[in-house]
Amino acid sequence: MNQESLGFIFINACFINNFVLAYFLGICPFLGVSGSIATASRMGAAVTFVMLISSICAFGIHTLLVAIDAPYLELISYIVVIASTVQTVEMFIKKVSPTLFRQLGIFLPLITTNCAILGLALFQTNRGYNFVQCLVYALGAGAGFTIAIVIMAGLREELDLSDVPGVVRGTALALMLAGLLSLTFTGFAGLGG
Amino acid sequence: MSTSNIAPAGSNPVMDTDAFIKGLWRENPVFVQVLGMCPVLAVSNTAINALAMGVAATFVLVMSSTLVSLFRNFIPKQVRIASFILIIATFVTIVDFLIQAISLDVHKALGAFIALIVVNCIILGRAEAFASKNSLGKSILDALGMGVGFTFALLCLGIVREVLGAGTLFDIPVLGDGFQAWSIMLLPGGGFFTLGAWLLVFSIMRERKKNKAVAK
Repeated sequence: MNQESLGFIFINACFINNFVLAYFLGICPFLGVSGSIATASRMGAAVTFVMLISSICAFGIHTLLVAIDAPYLELISYIVVIASTVQTVEMFIKKVSPTLFRQLGIFLPLITTNCAILGLALFQTNRGYNFVQCLVYALGAGAGFTIAIVIMAGLREELDLSDVPGVVRGTALALMLAGLLSLTFTGFAGLGG
Repeated sequence: MSTSNIAPAGSNPVMDTDAFIKGLWRENPVFVQVLGMCPVLAVSNTAINALAMGVAATFVLVMSSTLVSLFRNFIPKQVRIASFILIIATFVTIVDFLIQAISLDVHKALGAFIALIVVNCIILGRAEAFASKNSLGKSILDALGMGVGFTFALLCLGIVREVLGAGTLFDIPVLGDGFQAWSIMLLPGGGFFTLGAWLLVFSIMRERKKNKAVAK
C-alpha cells in the first residue's frame, strides 16, 4: 500500500504505531483515567476531538512559520496556540452545549498538557503531511488512543474482581498489563506494509 | 506574593541539602511520584539515550526553576501557568538546538522526545509547586535534586534494557558471546515491563520498611 495514502496513514497511526503503546505518548491519562470503560471512552472521545483541533492549528502555524522563515519559534507557538485554542473551545462548548460540556468537561483542561497532543503536532510537521493527511492522521491517532484506553479499562475492571497480592496492586500491575497490550500491538507491524 | 511566604529555613544548611536529597530518593519523580512517564519509557532503550535525556531534562528543569524563582514576585497569579510554559518552552528549544549541534546521532535517537520535554509534568510541577514559592538558591537545589533523581531512574531502566536487550552497556559488550539477546526488552513492551518491575521492587521495599516499623 502507498505510504502516503489516507488509509495507510490512518491504520499506521491507529494500530501499527499506536500513540500510547508504541510511542509512549499520553501515558498519564492512560494510567490515570482507565478505571472504568465509561470514563475511558469519554476520555478517548475528548482526546480525539482536541487532536483534530490542534492538528488544524499546528498545520496553520507551520505554514505561517515557513512563510516568515522562523522555524525556531515552532515549539513555543505550538504549545501556546494549542493551549489557548483548547481553552476557547472549552468555553464555547460550555455556552453552546452544557450536556457535552459535562461529558468532556473535567478532561478538556487536562488534555491540553497531554504529550500526545503536542507529539501529534510535531510528528505531522516532521512528515510533511498536507492538510487532509493531517486530519486523517489526527483521527487515526485519536482512534488508536481510544482503543488502547478502552481495552485497558476493560482489563482493569476485570482485575478489580480478581485476587492479586496487595504489593503488586496499583501502578506496577497496570504497567505489566500495558506491556502485554503493547506486545499484542507489535503484531500489527506487518499490516498495510 | 509577599516576602513572608519565603520560608526562613532557606538559610539553614540542613534544610538546603534536604531540598536536594529528597528528589533523589524519598520523592523520586519517577519511582515514587510516577510523573513524566512518557520519556522514561520511550528513550530508555539504551543507557546512552537515557543519560542524554536525563541531562537534557535536568538542564531545562534547573534553568526554568531559576527563572521562575527570579520572577516569582512579578508574574501575576492568573497567567502563571502560561508564563511557566513559555519559560520552559524557551529552554527546551535551546536544548533541542544544543543537542543537534553536539551530537546528531543522539538527536536522531531521541527524536521528538526532546521537544516533548515541554509537556513533562515534572518540570511544570516543580515550577508550580516549588520554584514559584521559594528562594532562588533553594529552587535551584530542588530542581537539581529532581533532575538527578529523574536521570537516575532513566539510567536504572536504560541499563537493564540495554544489558538484557542487546548484551551491551554503553555500547561495550558485557555478557559475553554466548548470550542470546532478549530483543523483547528493546521493544515498547519491554519498557513497560522493566518500569513495572522497578516499581514492584520499590513497593516491596516500602512494604518491608513499614512492616519493620510496625514490628518495633
